[in-house]
Amino acid sequence: MIELAGVTKRYGPNTVVDGVSLTIPGGGVTALIGPNGAGKSTLLSMIGRLLPMDGGEIRVDGLDVSRTASDVLARKLSILRQENQVAVRLTVRELVEFGRFPYSRGRLTAEDRTRVEEAIDFLELAEFAARPLNRLSGGQRQRAFIAMVLCQDTDYVLLDEPLNNLDMRHASQTMGLIRRFATELNKTIVIVLHDVNFASYHADRVVAMKDGEIVADGAPGEIITAPWMAEIFDLEVPVHAYADRPVAAYFAIG
Amino acid sequence: MLVDRWRTALTASGRPVTVLVLLGILLAMVTALFMTYDLKGSLDFALELRGRKVGGMLLVGFAVAYSSVLLHTITNNRILTPSLMGFDALFVLIQTAAAFFFGTLAFLSLDVRLRFGIEVGIMLAFAAVLYRLLFGGENRDLFLLVLAGIITGTVFTSLTALIMRVLDPNEFMTLQDLLFANFSTVNRELLLVSAAAVVAIVVATRPLLAQLDAVAIGREHAINLGVNHQAVVRRCLAAIAVLVSVSTALVGPVAFLGLLVSNMAYQLTGTFRHRYTPAAAGMIAAIALIGGQFLLQELFASVVRLSVIISFIGGIYFILLLLREAGR
Repeated sequence: MIELAGVTKRYGPNTVVDGVSLTIPGGGVTALIGPNGAGKSTLLSMIGRLLPMDGGEIRVDGLDVSRTASDVLARKLSILRQENQVAVRLTVRELVEFGRFPYSRGRLTAEDRTRVEEAIDFLELAEFAARPLNRLSGGQRQRAFIAMVLCQDTDYVLLDEPLNNLDMRHASQTMGLIRRFATELNKTIVIVLHDVNFASYHADRVVAMKDGEIVADGAPGEIITAPWMAEIFDLEVPVHAYADRPVAAYFAIG
Repeated sequence: MLVDRWRTALTASGRPVTVLVLLGILLAMVTALFMTYDLKGSLDFALELRGRKVGGMLLVGFAVAYSSVLLHTITNNRILTPSLMGFDALFVLIQTAAAFFFGTLAFLSLDVRLRFGIEVGIMLAFAAVLYRLLFGGENRDLFLLVLAGIITGTVFTSLTALIMRVLDPNEFMTLQDLLFANFSTVNRELLLVSAAAVVAIVVATRPLLAQLDAVAIGREHAINLGVNHQAVVRRCLAAIAVLVSVSTALVGPVAFLGLLVSNMAYQLTGTFRHRYTPAAAGMIAAIALIGGQFLLQELFASVVRLSVIISFIGGIYFILLLLREAGR
């Protein structure tokens, strides 16, 4: 369970995240949606202790993220940010091996190696395993990072817009994989999504943010509606139903 | 089973290990040559004198190399060096200011250990301020880091120049001897203190090496993987302050040596892993220093300073590195 109480972040006079309280029970996919600058990524970074808070408290399975030792948290929760640059030259396998760092501190055991190969297979990366990251396409690289997170084998996985820069096929495949993380491997996923329609089809719960606050919270069917979209994004969007799920037809307007 | 594990370990790390072994052999050869070439007169005296020089160059080489590697890792940038960030300029400023306020006589008659201790203390304080300024905030812009470093370095150098101008000429001469990179005279006591400091730093940073591999791939990845990034960066900056103190106290500032040897180490070993890079860079530095000093002494009759040659080659290499980065 992830518990947020009064979480606040300020940059100078601007309050980016304003006293957010939220409880995310274990299991399932929770999507964070909202306009640019709503504070979604900032909130996610604070849960993943990449960014210090200016107020409030965050607990993951009862562990206070700002006080618990980083290596203990690294076996409990993993976070993948939007811009994934690595500063040094790494092959796909070397990157995925870093996912085992919280367990083996760089000295891989036989079990670690098995996990690494499993993750590489799960993400269908076997043929690129020996290739340096900078010689992969955007989609392949994104999958390599997801493989690293999978290898880290944490109960909680935080993903910040993992579908960015992916084409239709890779975006849908990646989202499908993330869904399988939750369903087959029983992980708790919190994911920031730009496209509400991915949230509609793959999330169990949708939390909408605007101006640093949570404005709506519920099942996809309750949130992806024309009135809520107008409220959250300041945009009149027709919402249709397709295959029992709401689809916001935002690409048809303007 | 054990043999299998050895074999996989060897193939996975084959190249860096080979490079380390070759560098070790080369270093041993250069050292042997330096120690035994054209020995004349009292054997004991000559060996002691040369041994002290070799010891000094080994220490300086390793200190310069390791401090550069550490700075590269914590800033995720392979062009910065402690020297570029004004570390050794500060050390020179400390010595110059001490000479000005207390006189070189008082300064030099101070116990070496005490003097070195005070100098290191000031360097550590600088590292703490640098940490606050550069890593404390959330906006850690690399360009800001480089600019701040160059500016602080320039300020320290200008202050040193100012004090030197108003210094008594005799004091100035003594200070010059103390400050300029000089590999041919190494103070015995300072050598012992420095050796102790370097050993202490190696022992203190050894547990960090695995974490530094994670820090090298980026701050956020490192935190995600459970590294206490702040603590590692702070300890590395402290280690850099001590290492720069060692090298500058022994032979004065050696600009560009760290840049040169660390990047050569990355290229030769083909890895960024800290199990290999500090040792490789340190040995390359020692080979360059001992070999270079040997050539200068024996072939060029010491008409040129080694530090000048290193700065010349290192400067060209620095420009090449910048051009390569810009071309990316």
